[in-house]
Amino acid sequence: MTMSTPTYQRRTKDQLAARVAQDIFDGAVVNLGIGQPTLVANHLPAGREIVLQSENGILGMGPAPAAGDEDYDLINAGKQPVTLLAGGSYFHHADSFAMMRGGHLDICVLGAFQVSATGDLANWSTGEEGAIPAVGGAMDLAIGAKQTWVMMDLLTKAGLSKIVAQCSYPLTGIGCVKRVYSDLATLECTPAGLKLVDTVDGLSHAELEKLIGLPIAA
Amino acid sequence: MIDKIAPSIAEAMSGIQDGATVLIGGFGTAGIPLELIDGLIAQGAKDLTVVNNNAGNGETGLAALLKAGRVRKIICSFPRQVDSQVFDGLYRSGKLELELVPQGNLAERIRAAGAGIGAFFCPTGYGTQLAEGRETREIDGKQYVLEYPIHGDVALIKAEAGDRWGNLLYRKAARNFGPVMAMASKKTIATVHEVVELGSFDPEAIVTPGVFVHHVVKVERVATQAGGFKKAA
Repeated sequence: MTMSTPTYQRRTKDQLAARVAQDIFDGAVVNLGIGQPTLVANHLPAGREIVLQSENGILGMGPAPAAGDEDYDLINAGKQPVTLLAGGSYFHHADSFAMMRGGHLDICVLGAFQVSATGDLANWSTGEEGAIPAVGGAMDLAIGAKQTWVMMDLLTKAGLSKIVAQCSYPLTGIGCVKRVYSDLATLECTPAGLKLVDTVDGLSHAELEKLIGLPIAA
Repeated sequence: MIDKIAPSIAEAMSGIQDGATVLIGGFGTAGIPLELIDGLIAQGAKDLTVVNNNAGNGETGLAALLKAGRVRKIICSFPRQVDSQVFDGLYRSGKLELELVPQGNLAERIRAAGAGIGAFFCPTGYGTQLAEGRETREIDGKQYVLEYPIHGDVALIKAEAGDRWGNLLYRKAARNFGPVMAMASKKTIATVHEVVELGSFDPEAIVTPGVFVHHVVKVERVATQAGGFKKAA
């Protein structure tokens, strides 16, 4: 792919996390996936009461503890020490995943390898020969929350779009992604295909369509 | 008189047979019954099927059980870790069978076993590799996959406190798989850091009722200076 000098700036990881956080409403119950989505917790807008769920049985998860206060009985899905906010609760794994599957979470934010225009998600395996497979809670989360959002860079290191007509990597869930928040644009996935929410300054709708290679409804 | 307090791990472990399915609690550093896994290694049962969220970290605990060659098959959701080298080696050399299960299906299949459910339809994984070849059904316009229960011959879990009837309380996120694994096994062994007099737990707060527990063993806790609990605790 030949690219002229871009007239736009990518969102940094923190800017992207802040962009996602901006759309999380007051009172929402949210699961942030491991990796990049965890950053969203640092950018939740002041004045909104947002309840974070962790798959290992925590509701009302708070920030990391001060150095020296770590309690390894209180960790998040990424196995890092966290804290519990007032009003928080603990529960067993079957209840935790009942919360997801049962549609009790408002939003979950996941990373992805690929998302299709109609919202298929591939985020657990690249299907590489000989790789050790691992799925964790990705499939349960993807299909369980009322809204599944993906947070990722739009392009691979090779410059290929991670939003595709059809995922080539093994699927995590079908038609489950509602929104993709990326370093270049925010898009909605619908049964009819992509819909534009926003782009970074200086990136036109037409340029974005060219990068992704798929039509995007305004 | 009912007294489920076992004098030692070795006594609680007696009778575990070769070929048993062993449910082992824990998620990350929280709730791993390390003393019981060591006890299982000492007990000697082999050809085991192990059910755990992960497949061992470093060289201790479940990794040590794998390394000792006692496990034929592992059922888990997330075997790949930065320090899962023991599992990785056995899996790659074909010495260990893996059944990869989405984490919520793992928990619900274990719960179903404890609750006497024959099978259930679950939406997780529909249309993915992990549901290939499986029975599916459309219910009210939504697609589901048929999932079967996971029964344990033995469950090894870590709780915080227990009494002689086997009632258990857990600590924070160390609860994780403990309550459902306790329900799903013919023989449930729980470690606790505190044994309390019968009647001293608030009945409203008991998490695992004693009917699901067969042996309770007290083990020491390792506390950090800040009052938190170390990885090994």
